[in-house]
Formats: sequence, C-alpha cells, structure tokens
Amino acid sequence: MVASCVALAVFAITALWPDKPARAAARDGEDDVLDYASPLEVLLSPDGARLYVLCQQSEEVRVLDATSFAVIKNIAVGRVPRGFSLSPDGQRLFVTNSWDDTLSVIDTQALTVTATWPVAAEPSSVVVDRAGKRLFVANRISSDIAVLDAQTGAEEKRLVAGRGASYLALSPDGSRIYATHIYPNPPPRRTGMENRTAPESEITVIDAARAVVVDRIPLHAIAGVFHVAFSADGRLGIAAELHPKNLIPLAHLEHGGAFADTLMLFGADVGKPVEIPLDELERYASQPFGVAIALDKSRIYVTSGGSEIVTVVDVPRLMRFLHSRPRPESGSFAQDLSASANYVVTRIPVGRNPRGVALSRDGRRLFVANRLDDTISVIDTRANLVFSTITLAGPTTISVMRRGEQTFYTARYGFQGQIGCSNCHIDSTFDGIQWNLEPNGFGRDIVDNKMLEGVKDTEPYKWNGGNPNLPTECGPRTEKYFWRSEQYDNLTLADLAVYIRNLPTRPNRWRLPGGEMTPAQERGRAIFARDVDKFGKPISETNRCIYCHSGPKGTNQKLFDVGTRKPTDNPGLLKSAPLTEIALTAPYLHDGSARTLEEIWTVYNPDDKHGRTNDLTKDELNDLIEYLRTL
Amino acid sequence: MKKFGMIAVFLVASVSSAAPLTPAKAASAMPRMPHFRFENFTTANGLPDNHVYSVLVDGERVWAGTENGLAVYENHAWKTYTTKDGLAHRAVLTLALDKRTGDVWAGTMGGLSRISGGRIDTYTQLNSGLSNDVVYGVSVEGENVWVATAAGGCRLNTRTGQWSLYNERNTPMIEIWTYGVSATPSKVYFAVWGSGLLEYDQKTGRWDKYDDPDGENEIVLFKDQGLIHEITTSVSYVDNIVWVATYFGGSRYDGRYWHNFLTKDSGLPSNFINYIKGVDASRAWFCTDKGLAYYDGVSWAVYRPSLTTGKPEMTVRDAQGKVAPVAVTSAPAHNYVLGIDFQGDDIWVATAKGLSHGIRQQK
Repeated sequence: MVASCVALAVFAITALWPDKPARAAARDGEDDVLDYASPLEVLLSPDGARLYVLCQQSEEVRVLDATSFAVIKNIAVGRVPRGFSLSPDGQRLFVTNSWDDTLSVIDTQALTVTATWPVAAEPSSVVVDRAGKRLFVANRISSDIAVLDAQTGAEEKRLVAGRGASYLALSPDGSRIYATHIYPNPPPRRTGMENRTAPESEITVIDAARAVVVDRIPLHAIAGVFHVAFSADGRLGIAAELHPKNLIPLAHLEHGGAFADTLMLFGADVGKPVEIPLDELERYASQPFGVAIALDKSRIYVTSGGSEIVTVVDVPRLMRFLHSRPRPESGSFAQDLSASANYVVTRIPVGRNPRGVALSRDGRRLFVANRLDDTISVIDTRANLVFSTITLAGPTTISVMRRGEQTFYTARYGFQGQIGCSNCHIDSTFDGIQWNLEPNGFGRDIVDNKMLEGVKDTEPYKWNGGNPNLPTECGPRTEKYFWRSEQYDNLTLADLAVYIRNLPTRPNRWRLPGGEMTPAQERGRAIFARDVDKFGKPISETNRCIYCHSGPKGTNQKLFDVGTRKPTDNPGLLKSAPLTEIALTAPYLHDGSARTLEEIWTVYNPDDKHGRTNDLTKDELNDLIEYLRTL
Repeated sequence: MKKFGMIAVFLVASVSSAAPLTPAKAASAMPRMPHFRFENFTTANGLPDNHVYSVLVDGERVWAGTENGLAVYENHAWKTYTTKDGLAHRAVLTLALDKRTGDVWAGTMGGLSRISGGRIDTYTQLNSGLSNDVVYGVSVEGENVWVATAAGGCRLNTRTGQWSLYNERNTPMIEIWTYGVSATPSKVYFAVWGSGLLEYDQKTGRWDKYDDPDGENEIVLFKDQGLIHEITTSVSYVDNIVWVATYFGGSRYDGRYWHNFLTKDSGLPSNFINYIKGVDASRAWFCTDKGLAYYDGVSWAVYRPSLTTGKPEMTVRDAQGKVAPVAVTSAPAHNYVLGIDFQGDDIWVATAKGLSHGIRQQK
C-alpha cells in the first residue's frame, strides 16, 4: 500500500500500513480495539538518515527515511514496547517490550529482529555502554536496573533503582548512566505519618564501567520522573518530572494547586540540583515527559503530554536566572509561577499526548512523537514552529476507546489546563501518592490513589463507595473536585468511562505458567480461604479473607468496618478493596498508611477486625502474602 | 590416626595456599607470622561509638557497625548513618557486602538495612517477611540474602521479594537463636546458639545438622569427633571448609573430619570466640574475648593489649607448642574482639573499645 499525503500545517505524509493487519476485537460489545500506532519514542540513526519510531500499540518499530519520511520498514517487536536505543555503532537497535518482559534486538542493516532476550519485570528503557559491552535495562515492576551482556543478553546482575524504574540516559562521556522512576520511593521509616509526608524520588547514578550505583540524586517532593537529557559538554543534566502537592486539600487548583510541572537541573553548570517550573500563572505545561538539549546548549525542549505542547527554554537566560536569584533552601523554584517567564521562549502546540523527542544532528529539526493521534511533529528549531507533521499509517476512524484515551491524557478539561486524569494515573496506573481530596480541611479524609487496571465491575467507587459507577466517578465528582472548569459532554464522558473500564490488566509476574502455584502460594491460598483458626475456633464468615475479597477481582463490592479508619476520616464504612495486581500497588489501606502488605496485619489489625490473622506465625503470614501477589 | 591425617592435610594446604596473608613456613625455627602496626579509631577520631560490633571492607571503603550507627571510612574521613537516615536501628551487629552490586547489608538490633548508593532501605518483622528484628548475621549469595535472626534464619530473594523462613518447623533446628550465617552457591551454614551447626545444601534443598557429640557437656570427651560445642556463635565457609566459633572453642570441618581448637592444645587465647573468619582452607582468624588470634594451619599468633599491663603484645606459638613473644609497639584497641575483615594484606578489627586498622609490616 502506498503512502498517501494529507495536507496539515505544511504537509504530512501517511506511512505504509503495517504488515500486521488491523485488529478489531469487540470488548463487551462496548467498543472496538483498533491497532493504532501510538508512537511513544523517536530516535535518529547516527548518520541522521533514518528515523526510528517506537509504536506502542501496534507493537512495532517503524523505520522512516528522516528526510522524505517515507516508510522503509515496519518491524514487529514484543508486547507493549516502551523504550529503545541504538548501539554505539548504530548497528543494533534494542527495544524493551514491557508486557512480555523481553528485549528485541534489531539488526539495523537487515532491519530484522535477530534475537529476543528474556529480561526482568516490565523492561521500560535500555541503554548501551560506550564500549558496546553492557546493556542497562530499567525494569518498572522490579524497580531495578538489569545489567546484561550486550552480545548474549545474559544477565550479570541487577542494581537497586527507584520505585518504578523507567528511563535511562548515558552521560556524554559515557562514564555514567542516569536512571529515573515514575513512582515515589517508599518512606524509609515508619513514623505513623508516612501518608502525610512529601514524596521522595531520586535519580540513580550508575558507574558505567563498574556497573554499580555510585550516587542517588535526591528529588524532594517529586513523584513521577521521566526522561533525562544532557548537554553535549556533559555539564548540564535535566530530568522532566511531576511535583505533586498532595499535602494540601485538592479543593484549590488555582496557582498550580495540584501539581507543578518542572525540570530538575543538575551537573556542573548549576552546582547543587535545582528544580525549575515550566508552568506560569494560568498556563501550564502539564505532564512533562520528553527532553532534549540543543548541541550548542542554547535551548532545552520539553514535551508536555497533557498540555500537548513543546516548551522551549532559553538556556543562557535560564542560567542567568539561576545565578542571579537567591537559591531557595529547598533547591526548588517550583512554587514561583513567575519564574518561567525568565527562560521559557515559547510553547509550541503539537499533537495529542506528545511524548518522546529526538533532535537532528544539526539541531535544526526536533521530532516529537504524538502518541494519541499517530503523528510525528517536526519542529523547525530556528522558527520554533511545526513545519511538518508525519501521519503514521493506521486506522482512520477514531474509536470510542481512542477518544476515551485522548480524554484521559489531556489536561484541556482541567482548570486552566493544569491537570488531566493521567497526572495521578501515570500511564493509566496510579501514582503511589496519598491525596487530600475532600475540601473539608487539611489532613482530613486522606485517600490513597489506586490502580485503574481491572477497575471494571468493582463498583461502587471511592473508598467510601460513594460513587455508584464510573460515569459518576469520572463525571460530576471529577468535575467538582478536580476540573472546576469545562464539563465533559455526555459522549466524552461515556468514551472516558469505556476507556477506563476496558483497560487491560498487565501480566502477573508472580503467577507460575499454567496456573500452578508454588508451595508457599498454595499454603497462602489455604489461609486465605480458611474458616477455622489455628486454635480450631470457627472464623465468622465476615471475618474470613475470602468473604470480603471474593469474586474475580477480589472484592465483594460491599462496605465494612475493618478497624482501619482514622480519627481524621469522615464517618462511614470502607469498601472492600479489589485485590487485582495488589503486589504492585503499595502502599495499602484506604489512606495508604500501610507501607507494605505485611503492615496491614502486623500494624493495623490489632483486633482481628481486618480478618482473623493474629493467630498466624510469621511464616504463615509470608505464605498469605505470596498468594496475594498472584492475584 | 584421624588427627595425624588432619595435620598432614593442614601442612600441605598451608604450603600450597595463595591467599592475602602469606602463611608461615613450617620448616623455619620461629614461625614468621604476620606483623601489623595497628592504628586505632575511636570516638576521639571520628567513630560514632567505641563499641564496634562488626567491620566490613569494600575496596578503599571500610564500614564499621557500632552501637550508635553505621560508620563508613572513606578518603580519611568518617561518615555515620543513623536511624534518621533510615537505618533500622542504631546498633549494627553484622555487615555483608554484595560484591556484584556494591550494596551493603547491615543487620541491626531493629531489623535489616540495605545501603545502596547512599540510600537505605529497611526490612523489619513488621514491614517485611523478616522473621525477627534482632539480626545477628547476614550473608549475600547471588540474588539471595541470608539472615540469621533471634527467631530463626531467613532468605530474601532480592529478585522476587520472596522471604523464606527457616526455623524449628522446617529444619532440624532445635533452638531458633541463629547467631551467624555463611552462604555460598553450594552450601549455606547457620551457627545456631545452642543447636550446633546447620547446613543447607543448595542443590538438594536438604538440611543437615552437626552437633557436639558430647551433648551439652562442657567436658570434651571426644575432641575431634565433631563440633566442639552446641553454643555456636559464628561460621565461615571458605574453600569447602567450615570454620565454626563457639563459646567453648573453635572447630574446622572439611566435610569428613573435624578438628577442634581449645586453649589447652592450640594457640587460641580464649575458648570464648565471638567471631571467626576463614582466609582459606587452612588459615583463619579467631576473634575472642582475650584477643585476636591468627592460625596459619600450623602456628598461631595472638595480637592484643596485654591482659596484665595493657601494653601492646604479640605472641607466636609454633607447631610444637612453643610460645614466644614478638616485640611490637601497637595492638588492637581492645582484647574483646568482635569482628575482622581483610584489606589486601591489612586487617580491620572490631573491638569493644574501638576499630583497629592493622597495617601489615613486611619486615
């Protein structure tokens, strides 16, 4: 099939439809799932001749001519690819397939997959060291960096990274690898106030030659750190990040009341790491994700997935700002919404949900992957304008699911375009943060944010069961508490609810193939299902694990008092929480006060109201948890 | 016969071994035992506490587990991690290094902490599958961290996050007070206080138990027929040899024969051994309540402040049992020795009154 051209800003090119035919599978009769390309990342070959596009939904790498944008080849890879990078000689392209835990190795001459290596849980990003000997892979679920032999894929070791390790960058001199993560690290100590402290994140610094962690740059009050980039001289590093303001009631969205969208700057140019906002009063750069620095260090480019823009920062002006202003003790200018006017040159509108970026070698073109409209924006960096939009081949109709996803990721409905659903539900999951959602006072009714996958058929929603269905949860409630701006129309709201209801559940990494269980999981299942305690006394029906956590999602959808309410909670019962993917979603309980599954019972169940557990030995409790991880 | 055979094995092993410390030549008139100049660290020069329970060498860095925090010596300066940094408890009883990743594992009186690139993650009996917060021993083997606690042994699989607990319900352990652990890809040994030595075969998944054939008698009826005593305090498995410390002497086991060490027939300065660390199949260091002892397979050397005068003292005992003093000008900080680690030819020694750096003297 030959590409067809469609005029957009200047021109656009429709690429070849992938080899894999379109899939149209009905889901509960509610919608069709179409194979959109969903470009997530872009990469240029070392000679600048080719543009590699990582297409997450069609599960391909599409190879385009970087000048004509003609399709050279579409290469099928594994499930839900999330990151890719080239070997130093450009001969091999490594792709992380996040949902089947593999790494595809592509020969860039033959443009074929030459190997598929098993890696760890949810590989999300990969870099190769300068010598081409080792691969470093960031694993989101296991929260580590796997070190692999670049020739064989054999795993040498894993390094502890931040929670939800996701993005990697090699320093220009090749000596260091920098890793970021999307969920905050768990609080190190139990203080009783874990759910009321600011999130802490880090940039993990790895010595590339020794493959050991040598430093961790602390990121205070940050949760959600994405791409990292360096200036060519290695003196300036930047990371795109979210700065949630979860310690104050979310009733107040004015003046960046929910999030600051920021960059963390580090390196010799700035001394101590410093956080700068991209937002300005009444104009926000929601959900910063992709970053690039011009070769001459004149500009920084940042995509904002929610605001659907690329923010252009003038680096010399930024340095003047930093060196002329007293540095706040916190090292952060995030609260200063007047700051960005000092260094933001412009905000360039691009496509829907822009993510990864690549800068051409001459610095004149910036490629931006617009994930939710299957386009690549090509920005003329001298004019700061989109001069071309490449349309990737794919379904021409916009499905209900797609519209719902677009609504989910955009910040356009939020008050002053400040936030979208995906601010708190990063990549449609959760954020690991406890929020003060109710406008009834500081520190009241704290709620832990929850995973959205598997949310279908677990109504009512909210921890107190106050919302009977998703349209209520996403409609009036969201509009009241979050958006305070534009209402969804009925169709938009329906699309959004359909999208959320049909979010697929990722593979469970604790389950054995074929549904078998380890001995510990079997023992744990028996404890979960037991009706008699270890002293032979019957456990009342409502105090058995399996009663409240029954059914395919691990909830009977009813409300209970399990003794976990706090004096700061509003009166009422709490909904039995679904157990789907429970291993991934720490912390626990309605307010996130239990840092781990263990603490649900070792700390917060003194009276056996949250199930009969105090007769269990430590090894039996461990078995119960091993079972829960399989759900 | 058995004893004669053991000695012969020791002689051969000591001559052929090539490890950090050069063994003495059995043929020489006076054994040439390693000679050190000790530099001692206390609160006066940067340690957070003089009670040093454990020491760990990681290249140029030296970690000291003290009663008041975990101290690290790097670039001639001490830095201390405390509970404010996330350390499980201020009293750090044991340390282990994951040589692949550089992570340090610290067993404390309030849980287990991992120090990785400056970040501390803590595992306790409340927030994790750790069986008990009092952690006496820790050992890293591949992706597994083996832990000796006051309520049995544990294994944390760092990849899966799964905890496996070992206690009286699933091992031959009678007491569950585990004092030390030494893990390798083939075997894992637990020193169980009052329950001898426990062996786990990694290949078969089976447990075996070694007891004192004299039972709990403090009289040694059959000296080399088994473990010297049930009250084991430390174990070190190196080159397929198990070195075991007890409060009533030391033992060496090669998988077939036992050889035991008592003050009355060896160079041990005391039968009360807090910690033992094998260098290789024939050489080991014994940390006792009356000084630090080194055994090279034939001869012994003891390093300590004199028990009577407090002056630096080194003695050497040859194969015939002849003891001779060696003139020294320095000694470990205290006689009560709790731990040792090696830095090339140097040693670092944890004592009840400071940390000592033994700098090897070549002449």
